[in-house]
Amino acid sequence: MKRIGIDVGGTNTDAVLISDEKVVHSVKRPTTSDVTSGILEALQALRASPAAATHVDAVVIGTTHFINAVVQRRHLQKVAAIRIGMPASASLPPFCDWPADLAGLVNGCTFMLEGGHDYDGRPFMPLDIAGLKAAARQIRDMGLRAAAISASFSPLDPSHETAALDILAELCPDATVTLSHELGRIGLLERENAALLNAALNDLAITTVAAFRQAIADSGIEAPLYLTQNDGTVMQAEIATAFPVMSFASGATNSMRGAAHLSGLDDAMVVDVGGTTSDIGQLRHGFPREANAVVEVGGVRTLFRMPDLLSIGLGGGSHVAQNPVRVGPLSVGYRLTSDALVFGGTQLTATDIAVAAGLVDIGDRARAAKLPKRLIDAALSDAQRKLEEDIDRMKTEAGDVPLVAVGGGAFLVPDRLPGISKIIRVPHGDCANAVGAAIAQVSGEADQVFRELSRDEAIAAARGIAEDRAVEAGAERKTLKTVDVEDMPIAYLPGNALRVRIRVAGALAKPSVPAAA
Amino acid sequence: MNEASLHTISLDEIEALAVGAWILGTGGGGSPYLGLLNLRRLYAEGHDVQMMSPLDLADDDWVAVVSNMGAPLVGQERLADSRSIARAVRMQEEINDIAFRAVMSVEIGGGNGMQALMAAAHLGIPVVDADCMGRAFPEAQMTSVAIGDLRPYPCTLYDPRGIEAVVTKVPSWKWMERASRKICVEMGSIASTSKAPRTGREVKDWGIHFTTTKAIRIGRAVDAANRKHEDPIAALLAAEGGKKLFTGKIVDVARRTTEGFLRGSAIVEGSDADRGHRLKLSFQNEWIVAWRDREPIAMSPDLICVLDSVKGHGIGTETVRYGQRVTIVALPAPAVLTTPRGLEFVGPRAFGYDLDFRSLFSPAEAGA
Repeated sequence: MKRIGIDVGGTNTDAVLISDEKVVHSVKRPTTSDVTSGILEALQALRASPAAATHVDAVVIGTTHFINAVVQRRHLQKVAAIRIGMPASASLPPFCDWPADLAGLVNGCTFMLEGGHDYDGRPFMPLDIAGLKAAARQIRDMGLRAAAISASFSPLDPSHETAALDILAELCPDATVTLSHELGRIGLLERENAALLNAALNDLAITTVAAFRQAIADSGIEAPLYLTQNDGTVMQAEIATAFPVMSFASGATNSMRGAAHLSGLDDAMVVDVGGTTSDIGQLRHGFPREANAVVEVGGVRTLFRMPDLLSIGLGGGSHVAQNPVRVGPLSVGYRLTSDALVFGGTQLTATDIAVAAGLVDIGDRARAAKLPKRLIDAALSDAQRKLEEDIDRMKTEAGDVPLVAVGGGAFLVPDRLPGISKIIRVPHGDCANAVGAAIAQVSGEADQVFRELSRDEAIAAARGIAEDRAVEAGAERKTLKTVDVEDMPIAYLPGNALRVRIRVAGALAKPSVPAAA
Repeated sequence: MNEASLHTISLDEIEALAVGAWILGTGGGGSPYLGLLNLRRLYAEGHDVQMMSPLDLADDDWVAVVSNMGAPLVGQERLADSRSIARAVRMQEEINDIAFRAVMSVEIGGGNGMQALMAAAHLGIPVVDADCMGRAFPEAQMTSVAIGDLRPYPCTLYDPRGIEAVVTKVPSWKWMERASRKICVEMGSIASTSKAPRTGREVKDWGIHFTTTKAIRIGRAVDAANRKHEDPIAALLAAEGGKKLFTGKIVDVARRTTEGFLRGSAIVEGSDADRGHRLKLSFQNEWIVAWRDREPIAMSPDLICVLDSVKGHGIGTETVRYGQRVTIVALPAPAVLTTPRGLEFVGPRAFGYDLDFRSLFSPAEAGA
């Protein structure tokens, strides 16, 4: 099994080739504004190595492209928001908790119609067919090309969302439609927000995934394309085109999954030191621990599965102030290779300090030779103090745990830290995120209320649903493992109602096995 | 007292109320977030809410007592609508042929701490700075007005599909809980309710006073500390005379539904000063008893609050999760709940624990 993993970051595009779980070769190239040529250059550099000029089974790309579009308010399109669940929830319409600037960019038109379901699957109200037809005609007349449909309790019974989709497909066929139940869990507002963001990224997703395909085709590689999603698993490119929001956290997730793979540890702390920031997270069973709280993306509340990360302003490009001595949070960023002392610039950076201390040998070491020892020691101890405090904040176990240090600036992590049993540095650690993309698994999730079943029966039923979904998404059934399971009896409801949320993940099936779309 | 001493609640105070009410919810009552969104919208539309002291009520004033009843899960899909709670109050006015002077929440804890403000905004009457629990409890008879043996009926229930129900008469608060719960389940396990109307005299005698301002004060203390990057939990304890019980991480959560309630326990493994110890939290919708290494160290009606160790925000019994870093604190209970009769309704034995109530607080430290 040979796979190429690519990470398209803000500064660098990294590419690795993995053969039978081992890294054969890795390269780093600057990200380009058109994305495509940066990927193409990285792929060409990778394939220039004889060991990497081989047949590959899959190309897996991780990217921050879509989340950056939301955060920076770029490339978003107008969306028709259709809420089905009236007369309930009328005072909190779609976009009600969005930042005004983003709502202004995305809100094309809002429709609130009768329909939806109750917690036990009974229809809440009959679906308002006439209202949907009128909405569809208005969407067509307004020329809107994206719509999001959200019905109450659709994760339990999606029939009103799918019926609405049929009406839109007939009366406004130019609109691409996102259905909320395909994205989310119980929680109408957060699920609807995800559907609206997804619809707003529709055109960008189509052009971006097409650009990825083009770069791969231009490099002469013939292999299926996958994108990584928030939880460190992959989705087929067609799915990614339909659900760009599922890739929001993939950059951070991939570096943690890559750290797990390269170190062989399933349970550890991870710090990824980049040019500007360090991201600290925790691996549990080989996956990043998810955030407890509701996750906001660009100011919008969502229920995305995101890793629980602490980001601090400390990286290889961090400015070093001298009075008093402080490292970061400002950084020279992608200008590191021109502005830092060791690269002939005039800015004192954390990299210069590390070079002077002999922690790393890059650039022109002589240009850092005159730095006073007192300054070097003070800067390193400031960086260490920052890492120490924040690693401790992210720990969820009392005892000492191992820490895997990855990323281009990992040399800033000292060899000893309190509360840490061992600091682990790994070959190819500077491309951990591309490694994470290459080794990404396939997942399936179920989130549903069960009644009149024992707890074990309910969990088994949920697991069956999740496993079928994972296989549908391209996983090999016999490799599936439960990654996360949570059951929650529902207060006040009769019949021992139990909400079960379960996630399974497994290896990508070999391409010879036809995977259902 | 001065009849005109009305205080206009600012939106900032409502934001703080949402934080404070979640802490006073002691694990129950659901997140106040949707209520907060409703109030932001109402304020943006030009509504505002006045608050009055319970002491300024005339004896023969009528006060509406409101709550949203049902399962928090349903509340995540059928979102709180401020007009529904207002309609439940109007139903009481129609069936009793009375006009309300003001409105109050049955419980200040959780999302219900926001319901009275939503009703007040629509009805154009003030909220009373009081409630009937000073926290949140799972059952209808766990209130100061039940302890006071005040009339338990009638109760109105409203569903936005146009379903309106009234429990006209029951012999006890316990029967009110049973009868209204059945209706609520049929409505989809959520209903906007207006409990038996209270007179101004009754609110003065049996209401738990100044709990809205207390929740706002708590939210402000926590928010201010967060803004200054100080310890929000230390700020809460200083402001409310609370006690820190335990710090650690959630290592196990066991939950089950019995008799229509969420019962179970959460285990916290100690860190910092509590390293090597374990705290078990038993709950029925709300946190009821905290056991440190098997010794009960805090119990209802003292408020047991499980807080996010970093932000100091409340964590609910339905949302508490493995791995969360939590700090458990106790706050003093309102005095009416710790009387011998109050303990019959809300003491540990009312929840099935064969324990004599021992408060962490001296009478001098107790709440209003």
